[in-house]
Amino acid sequence: MSIPRERIRNFCIIAHIDHGKSTLADRLLEYTGTISNRKMEEQVLDKMDLEKERGITIKAKAVRMIYRADDGYDYLLNLIDTPGHVDFSYEVSRSLAACEGALLVVDASQGIEAQTLANTYLALENNLEIIPVINKIDLASADPEEAKREIEEIIGLDAQNAILTSAKEGQGIKEVLEAIVKLVPPPEGSSDKPLRSLIFDSMYDSYKGAVAFVRIMDGSIRPRQLIKMMSTGKTFEVTEIGVFNPDMQPVDYLEAGQVGYVAASIKNVIDTRVGDTITDAQKPAKQALPGYRKAVPMVFCGMYPAEGEEYENLKEALGKLQLSDASLFFEPESSAALGFGFRCGFLGLLHMDVVQERLEREYNLNLITTAPSVIYKITKTDGSTIDVDNPTNFPNPAEIECIEEPYVEASIMLPTEYVGPVMELCQEKRGSMKNMEYINERRVILRYEMPLSEIIYDLFDQLKSRTRGYASLDYELIGYRKSDMVKLDILLNGEVVDALSFIVHKDKAYSRGRQIAEKLKEVIPRQMFEVAIQAAIGGKIIARETVRALRKNVLAKCYGGDITRKKKLLEKQKEGKKRMRQIGSVQVPQEAFMAVLKME
Amino acid sequence: MKSMKTIGLYLHIPFCIKKCNYCDFTSYESLEQVPEYLAALKKEISNLEKHKFSVNTLYIGGGTPTVLSENQLFSLLNVLHKSIHIAKEAEISIEANPGTLTREKLCLLKKLGINRLSIGLQACQNSLLQTMGRIHTVEEFESNFEAARDAGFDNINVDLIFGLPGQSPEDFEKTLTHVLSFSPEHISCYALSVEEGTKFYEWQKEGRLVLPSDDEERKMYHKAIEILTHEGYEHYEISNFSLPGRECRHNLTYWTYEEYLGLGAGAHSFFDNKRFYNHPGLSEYIESINMSSSAIANIELISEKEQQAEFCFMALRLLKGLSKDAFKRRFNREITQVYESAIDKLKKQGLLQENSEYFRLTAPGLDFANAVFMEFLP
Repeated sequence: MSIPRERIRNFCIIAHIDHGKSTLADRLLEYTGTISNRKMEEQVLDKMDLEKERGITIKAKAVRMIYRADDGYDYLLNLIDTPGHVDFSYEVSRSLAACEGALLVVDASQGIEAQTLANTYLALENNLEIIPVINKIDLASADPEEAKREIEEIIGLDAQNAILTSAKEGQGIKEVLEAIVKLVPPPEGSSDKPLRSLIFDSMYDSYKGAVAFVRIMDGSIRPRQLIKMMSTGKTFEVTEIGVFNPDMQPVDYLEAGQVGYVAASIKNVIDTRVGDTITDAQKPAKQALPGYRKAVPMVFCGMYPAEGEEYENLKEALGKLQLSDASLFFEPESSAALGFGFRCGFLGLLHMDVVQERLEREYNLNLITTAPSVIYKITKTDGSTIDVDNPTNFPNPAEIECIEEPYVEASIMLPTEYVGPVMELCQEKRGSMKNMEYINERRVILRYEMPLSEIIYDLFDQLKSRTRGYASLDYELIGYRKSDMVKLDILLNGEVVDALSFIVHKDKAYSRGRQIAEKLKEVIPRQMFEVAIQAAIGGKIIARETVRALRKNVLAKCYGGDITRKKKLLEKQKEGKKRMRQIGSVQVPQEAFMAVLKME
Repeated sequence: MKSMKTIGLYLHIPFCIKKCNYCDFTSYESLEQVPEYLAALKKEISNLEKHKFSVNTLYIGGGTPTVLSENQLFSLLNVLHKSIHIAKEAEISIEANPGTLTREKLCLLKKLGINRLSIGLQACQNSLLQTMGRIHTVEEFESNFEAARDAGFDNINVDLIFGLPGQSPEDFEKTLTHVLSFSPEHISCYALSVEEGTKFYEWQKEGRLVLPSDDEERKMYHKAIEILTHEGYEHYEISNFSLPGRECRHNLTYWTYEEYLGLGAGAHSFFDNKRFYNHPGLSEYIESINMSSSAIANIELISEKEQQAEFCFMALRLLKGLSKDAFKRRFNREITQVYESAIDKLKKQGLLQENSEYFRLTAPGLDFANAVFMEFLP
């Protein structure tokens, strides 16, 4: 650790999904000998299987490299990985705040995408030195000059000296390292000042407890030091500090400018909040580092075990996930239709998907989820206001004075030929256009203000299908606005199925109600009696479908005394019935609960 | 005689001149294999000699047992009488298809001690018979039936199928009326079920099988109950009707959970709380019998829980119902204890009714019997 602060470079990589961030990171690690070729599992930075599969990085990680530059000196390079999805923009901003520079990686054949743009702006706000890198130049469709032009036109950065790489082929790696050394400024800050270190990520380790990933801004930190979390005032004694080599390696101290981890027998990641400042408990800093924000769930849904007996397992699994994911919220709830489950809160849709998939994959749970909801602010006629994220708590319409819902500004980048269909889509999604900006003659940015609830419904899917996957989307919350929302209920034979209710804009309630009733008609099997499927707002029925009664379920004959065959058939029927949920007298299959989640 | 165990015996003759388009029973058109098969079957029959059973009911089914020649029938029945004790008052049935019956054959059958004839007619419209791939006409049935009466058969069943492609409720009603004019002692009305491996199944997959609607199909069933009971037939099992005292005793052994042995390819047995069956393949059956005198393909021991379930759902097929006393005698437990919640639920659903001695299906219960039976499964 004899490398002076002047030769430390802290940087991150900004890239769109699939533009090659992980591969580039791998090559940097290889080139600097941080990890040998052989030992290297493909793409060290993406640890979770799920991330690998989706080609996205969900949680930030960090890694430290020593690079002997052309000037003959050894440099300490800390690469801080950033999540690449809109749900995690706050986490991204904290990772950026821990760096002095960023590689802006752009696919030579794809150009800049909405998410890259958003993150680049975040980097500029954090005063990061940005080094443009044009990747995948080995592809036949690569057009580096056009990619450069886009960087200049859209972001306004000089891209003439952009580094051309093919991370896959290992081209341009040294040039990237040299650029980091030459262009990224060394970290500022003084080791003599009181300790201030920025938590940019955290993880849970069953031995070490919650571990904070930090960038030391001022001062220094050592084992056995008493530290204080500035957002909560909680104090802990440091048990271990270390660096990422890339595995965790304990060190004796970390000082201003360095990146590493801090373990202090902290039981829960709730106490290592991203963006918080760690200071010395005895000699605290006067002011925390700027930019801290508590992670707030924006999207909620109910999660229920498909089989009731799995409730305890689901509870345990959610508890385990929460240990390493402070932004996951859950509390018990119960539904007449689905039994006991949990109300869960997420940063966004992807976060929700990821949690759901991990529960199903890593914990082998079979889940039924209810329609995702945002938080509505409802002012009642008595003047009180309540937050509602669960249709069950939606007040009687007569008691509602007004309802507000969260709005976002959405930026959509897309090829010009799809502008028509996308504008139409945004209209359907209750969006109002703020502006349209031509990047060049082929691509355009559309900016819309629209309700978050429309985005979480199916905007991503719709956007994908209407632009054949060529559009990219980013959004940020801009506040609450009044909206004419209603609660749509689904009734089966006159009984409200609580798990199928959702909150929807009045203008859309009719068509959604009709669609859902039609979909349910397809998935609810015929029963011994007629099943009426109704959609209702308040007490008013707006749609009705009927599942005709089954007329018979009887085997005419068991021939030649073959009872076994008959028994097997009965067993199969019984098994099928067991997988259904009983609502009133109606047997409802699991697919029915999916019907409200997505529509064609 | 007292030490003799009474059983039902089933003999399977797995041959047909032509397999019907709806049939998935074990049956083959390879008539050239008949001699070889009969040799094996006779061997299997003679194996019974050592067991000292008394046969209460004998049922020769198929396939089409009457494809056998008079000589073949004669020698088969001879081996039977030699190998096993057949009770004096035993019911001895044979299945027959019109087109395979002659006056001579009928007289022989009668002479051989067969006292019950089950004729597969299925429908009284030649166009429907053709769709089904039957080899006979209604007219052949008519003359066969008269010949059977002439030969002295006074216990005759006629098999009918409803819910056939192209069949209207009126067609079926006409079939019933026509059959009634012959005054058979027994009528079976089976709902068509399209089974995998049949022509009908293939056609259904290709979208070429146009079946009556569920409503029409049930209308036919309910019409059968109405007409036949009006004519003095007892509706004694889901699909079976008979004049008083003329129930099929052999089939009753299945429904009352008595023991039976099945001999021949693919035949099923229930004996000593075990279910077992022979290889359905002709060559496999013949080879196994020749090599090891047994052709059992699989044996399953039925646990008490399963016995109780089977006991209940078989008994409930009978309109008389499930006897509380019979259950208690067999299992030493009150049925109401074992199936308290199931019974409760089914009664509430209106599918099951109860009196002091029996549980039985209600009228809706007859249409949804599977939903009832399911509740008794362990």
